Amino acid sequence: MTGDAPLSRPPMGTLAFWCWAAAFTGVVYLAGRWVTNDYVFFAGYIVLQYVLLATAWNILGGYAGYVNFGTAAFFAIGAYISTALNKWLGLPLPVLILAGAAVCGLIGLLMGGLTLKLQGVFFSIATLALAIVTQALITNWEYVGGAAGAYVIRPSRGPLGGSYVEYLFYTMLLLATLAVCIARTVERSAAGYGLAAIRDDEAAAEAAGVPTMKLKVATTVLSGALMGAAGAPLPFFVTYLDPPSAFNLAVAVNTIAMPLVGGTATWIGPVIGAVLLSIVQEAAMVTISSAVNLLLVGLIMIGFITLAPNGIMGLLRGRRR
Amino acid sequence: MPISASFRRAIPAASCSPAVVDKRSRGKRAWKGKPNGMDPLLELLLNAVVAGLLLGAFYAAVAVGIAIAFGMLDIPNLAHPAFVVMGAFAVWLLNDAFGLDPILAGILCLPPFFLLGVLLYQAYYACFESRGDNALQGLAFFFGILFVTEVVLILVIGADYRTVAAPYIGPNWRIGGIDLPLRMLVPALVSLLMIGGLHLLLTRSFIGRAILAVSQDPLALQLMGASPVRTKRLAFGLSIATAAIAGALLIIIQPVEPSIGREFIGRAFAVVVLGGMGSFVGMLMAAMVLGVTESLVATLFSPSWAPAIAFGFLLPTLAIRAGGLMGRKL
Repeated sequence: MTGDAPLSRPPMGTLAFWCWAAAFTGVVYLAGRWVTNDYVFFAGYIVLQYVLLATAWNILGGYAGYVNFGTAAFFAIGAYISTALNKWLGLPLPVLILAGAAVCGLIGLLMGGLTLKLQGVFFSIATLALAIVTQALITNWEYVGGAAGAYVIRPSRGPLGGSYVEYLFYTMLLLATLAVCIARTVERSAAGYGLAAIRDDEAAAEAAGVPTMKLKVATTVLSGALMGAAGAPLPFFVTYLDPPSAFNLAVAVNTIAMPLVGGTATWIGPVIGAVLLSIVQEAAMVTISSAVNLLLVGLIMIGFITLAPNGIMGLLRGRRR
Repeated sequence: MPISASFRRAIPAASCSPAVVDKRSRGKRAWKGKPNGMDPLLELLLNAVVAGLLLGAFYAAVAVGIAIAFGMLDIPNLAHPAFVVMGAFAVWLLNDAFGLDPILAGILCLPPFFLLGVLLYQAYYACFESRGDNALQGLAFFFGILFVTEVVLILVIGADYRTVAAPYIGPNWRIGGIDLPLRMLVPALVSLLMIGGLHLLLTRSFIGRAILAVSQDPLALQLMGASPVRTKRLAFGLSIATAAIAGALLIIIQPVEPSIGREFIGRAFAVVVLGGMGSFVGMLMAAMVLGVTESLVATLFSPSWAPAIAFGFLLPTLAIRAGGLMGRKL
């Protein structure tokens, strides 16, 4: 994909970028019609899900410098809202995704409104606790299976023809592309500069007239909603959803590791990080054990934070953010 | 409501088998005089409260390390509960291999844990604090450490629950209708001893006062000719060392598996924030309030709600009174 290198070359316009992204999605879609092996869609779905999650996390974490440890909570709430609505009304997937996004956006609003007045570290701790409390809530929510988990029936055919997993893959492709476009638009907008100012020095930003609280809360809502959207198709992908798998710590760790590995300052960093790390994990999962695989992610993350704080993009550009 | 099967936490001993009069309840001797035909509901509640106090004393042992690291030194050590679990496994190894008493084993683990803390602070300082860019990266760093510690423990020790053997793990005292299981009482007492000792160390010794000074104003400390970095290194070592004892207490109270530490992150930070960021008295009070509330909720509703309580405390505290019960202003 092009549209990179904002500082060295004249930046691509937002509209042009959206067009490129749409073209890219179309090409992947057409290419996908030739693929007959469902494994490609399974693996591709995971990669795209992480692109979406990492991009969503980065809008708040990378641009504004507020670390959200509660990705798993937003992700799982999206998944469970979708499970519940599917069981109750049997709504189509796009509606479920919108519902998951709306609920998670609302939770982002509540969390942000209550904790973003303080230093970022308190927000982070609150999000970490959010993950634990939501798990307790959902474990007690019998309608969606409680602790025992729930089976979700995956239709055998997708509405576009092809298998349902193929349909899920295209849905996730669309969501991920949309998220990347939103992230880039935010990054280049006045809000993006406001967020960068908050990240560098919040007091100075406030003094310079940046509406810091409004921006932070709006960003938390956007980020949370995207994470919820990422979780909504999950029940159909896994077909069996229980709290430990929905609240997997690996999701939270990956979502933070990916932007940090790729570089948090621009939209491309999380994409690179997500693609690289999820491919590494997919390979390690097949060849080694899954525990070693998680260890690998943790070590890569710590390595990048300590040695290359600006990620791969920082290494490539050789500049401080 | 049934105790959910997949709810992995061994139910806080407190919540199902009530406990003790510890020293704080001594004032309530009145109960002793009462005949044993106490109202069952009252007895249940009283037992839950006492069990909660014991549980709270243990939470304080986990939280005290965070009170030092986060409350005093501004180091957001999210990995502390993972070190507590590591301490529990170190104690388990010593207990299993040499039959050492768990608390003695915890004390033996103090020097290596202190050293670990010193090294960790050195890395944290070199990578984040000295760059002056420690908010986002530092948090993510400790989150990574938490995760890696957990995975390494799973790889090395396995994901099974482990227990220790000690003479005080089985017996139960019963005073006036109130159960005092020794496996809750002993950890609670050790925890209070440890916190008392740390309090004395911080307020009476030279190095302790230096630590308090660095928590108040590092620059002023530097102007007095002391090195804030050296002081913080010692203090952080101390904070990690408390994880060895807390780990010993944890494995006395309940069986331990590597990922159990997560459940204490929310609790321990809630206790520290609610207690006022570094105030030991506030922290103890907050821990007791949390322990009693959890114990009551577990008794009256279901133990599976217990993890939500800490959050219920944390969020309003952050939103309304971020200084905590008796703390400094943030």
